Amino acid sequence: MSDKTVITAKDLSKRFGDFTAVNTISFDVRQGEIFGFLGANGAGKTTAIKMLCGLSKPTSGEASIAGFDIYKQTEEIKKHIGYMSQHFSLYQDLTIRENIRFYAGIYGLKARQIKERSIELISDLGLDDYTDRFVKELPLGWKQKLAFSIAVIHNPSIVFLDEPTSGVDPITRRQFWGLIYEAAAKGITIFVTTHYLEEAEYCDRVSIMVDGLMHDLDSPKALMEKYNKPTMNDVFLQIAIRNSRKEK
Amino acid sequence: MKVFLAFVKKEFYHIFRDKRTLLVLFGMPFAQLILFGYAITTEVSNASIAVYNQSPGQFSEQLIDKLVSSDFFTVSNRIASQSEILETFRQNKAKLVIIIPPDFENKFSRNEAEIQLIADGSDPNLATILGSSANRIIQSWMNELLKSKGANLSMNTIIPEVRWHYNPELKSVAMFVPGVVTIILMLVSAMLTSISITREKELGTIEILYVSPLKPVLIIIGKVVPFAMLSILNAIFILVMAYVIFNVPVNGSIALLLMESMLFILTALSLGVFISTVAASQQTALMLSLFALMLPTILLSGFIFPISNMPWPLQIISNIIPAKWFLIIIKTIMLKGLGIVYIWKETLILLGMTLGLIALSIRKFKIRLQ
Repeated sequence: MSDKTVITAKDLSKRFGDFTAVNTISFDVRQGEIFGFLGANGAGKTTAIKMLCGLSKPTSGEASIAGFDIYKQTEEIKKHIGYMSQHFSLYQDLTIRENIRFYAGIYGLKARQIKERSIELISDLGLDDYTDRFVKELPLGWKQKLAFSIAVIHNPSIVFLDEPTSGVDPITRRQFWGLIYEAAAKGITIFVTTHYLEEAEYCDRVSIMVDGLMHDLDSPKALMEKYNKPTMNDVFLQIAIRNSRKEK
Repeated sequence: MKVFLAFVKKEFYHIFRDKRTLLVLFGMPFAQLILFGYAITTEVSNASIAVYNQSPGQFSEQLIDKLVSSDFFTVSNRIASQSEILETFRQNKAKLVIIIPPDFENKFSRNEAEIQLIADGSDPNLATILGSSANRIIQSWMNELLKSKGANLSMNTIIPEVRWHYNPELKSVAMFVPGVVTIILMLVSAMLTSISITREKELGTIEILYVSPLKPVLIIIGKVVPFAMLSILNAIFILVMAYVIFNVPVNGSIALLLMESMLFILTALSLGVFISTVAASQQTALMLSLFALMLPTILLSGFIFPISNMPWPLQIISNIIPAKWFLIIIKTIMLKGLGIVYIWKETLILLGMTLGLIALSIRKFKIRLQ
C-alpha cells in the first residue's frame, strides 16, 4: 500500500427532499487499500457509492476520485474506475467470451489488449473449457468471480464493489476475497460495501455507517480494541443500536 | 466508434437470441398481413341473399339473375310470405332480403316500379355494403334495359356512375397494407426498444453502462440503431410481400416512401425511449406500449375507422397520434403515387413530434441521473 491518496471525501451529503441519505461523510482512501464500507440495509452505502462513481450528484460536500473532481470531471473518473453492483451485472444471454469482449470493448481497450487480457482472465479463473457457455448456465459463485474480473479488466485505479458477495456461499466468498487481495496487490484500490461482518475483518480499514452518518473509521483490529469486543459483528451491533434513528 | 460498434454487436446478440423478440420482429408482420389481407376483408363476394318475389315474371326474374350473375350475391332461399323475412334473419340464412312487390311487373312498364331491400342491421358495416352493392347492380341493370329500349335517359333520371380513383377495384388489402406497415413499425420500434432498455434496468446491467465511459446518449443510440435497421427491413419485407402476394404496388417513389418510413421509425423509437424512461420494469414497458400506443394507433389513426366520422373530441385527440400522419403519408405515396409536395405538412408534423420526444427523453434521462 502506498501513501498516495486516491479517494478524498469531505462533508459529502445527499438529500432526497426531507430525507438525508448520506450525511456529511469525510474520509480518505490510499492507493491499494481495501476499504470496507459497513452498514445495515438503508444506511446510505449505495447512495454514497453512486456519488463517488458519478452516477448521482451530491447535494453538498466535495470529493475527488483518482485526482478528479466528482462534480466536473465525471467523464475522467469513469475511465479510471471499475464497478460491480449488488445486482448481478453480466449479460446472461451472452457467452463468457462475449461478455469479456463487450466490457473490454466499452472501456476502449484495443483488440490486441482484449485478446491478451481475456486469455489471462479465463486461465486465472480456470474457465478455459467454458468460454463459449452462456453466463446463465454458470453457478452463481463463478458468475460473481467472473463479474469481478471483468470489472477490473481495464486496470482501473479504483474498483467499487457494492455488496458483491450477497447470496454467495461461504467458500465462494472466501475465493472471491482471494481475487480482491490479488487485485489490491497489483495496486488497485478496493472500495467495498458489505453487510457480512466477517468480511469486514478482511479489510485494511472499515467505516461504519448508520442512517447516513459515518460513525467510526479505523482498522478492524483498532475498532475491536476500542469497543472492547471480540468480533466486528459485536462492534457493529454496538454502534448500530446506539445510534439508529428513533423512529425505527 | 469502435466502442459503439461493440455495443451494437451486443444488442444484436440479445435480439437474435430471444425467441419472443424474433417472433415479434418477423412473425408478426407476416401474420398481420395475411390476417388483414385474407380474413378481414370488407369486400363482398357471394353474400347470401333471400328473395321474396311476389310478382313472378319476366322482369323480376331478370333482375334476380342480374344480381346473382354479379358474383356479389347468391340466392340462398326464396321466401313465400312476409313472416318468413324475420325468420330468415333469425336463422342467419341471409344478410339481405329483396322484396319485389305484387304490382312490380305492371308498374315496371310504366317506369314506376319499386322494390324494397331489407338488410340485417346487426352487422352495420356489412349491411351498408350489401345495400349499396345491390343498389348499384339494380341501377346498372335498369340502365341497360332502358338503353336497349331506346329510351332517352337524360330526360328524367340522373344515373350517377361512381368510379373509385386510386383503388379502382376497391381492394381492401390495398387499404390494409399501409395500415399494417404503420402498426408494425410502431410496434416493433417502440415496444421492442422500451423493453430492451427496461430489461437492462431490471438486470442492473444499465448501472454498469452508466459507470462506464460510454456516454448516455451513445447508450440510447446503440439501443435504437439495431431496431431502426430491423424496422426498415421489416417495412421493405411487408411491401415486397404485399406486391407479391396481394399485387398491391407502390405507385409513388419508393425512395421517398423509405425516407418517410425512416422518419416514422425515428418517431416510434423516441416514443420507445421515452416509455423506458418512465417504466421501471419490462412488464410496465410492455403494458404502456400496448395500451398507450397500440390501441390508439389502431383505433384513432384512421386505419380502421375513418377519422372524419369520429365525434369531434376524438378527432382532436387523433391529431397527437403519430400514426395518423404517417398513414396519410404512406397512403398518398403508395396508393395515389404523389410526391413530397402533397405531404410536406404531415412530414413536418412528424418531424416536430420526433424532435419533441427526443428532447423530452433526454431531459427525463438527465433527471434520472441527478
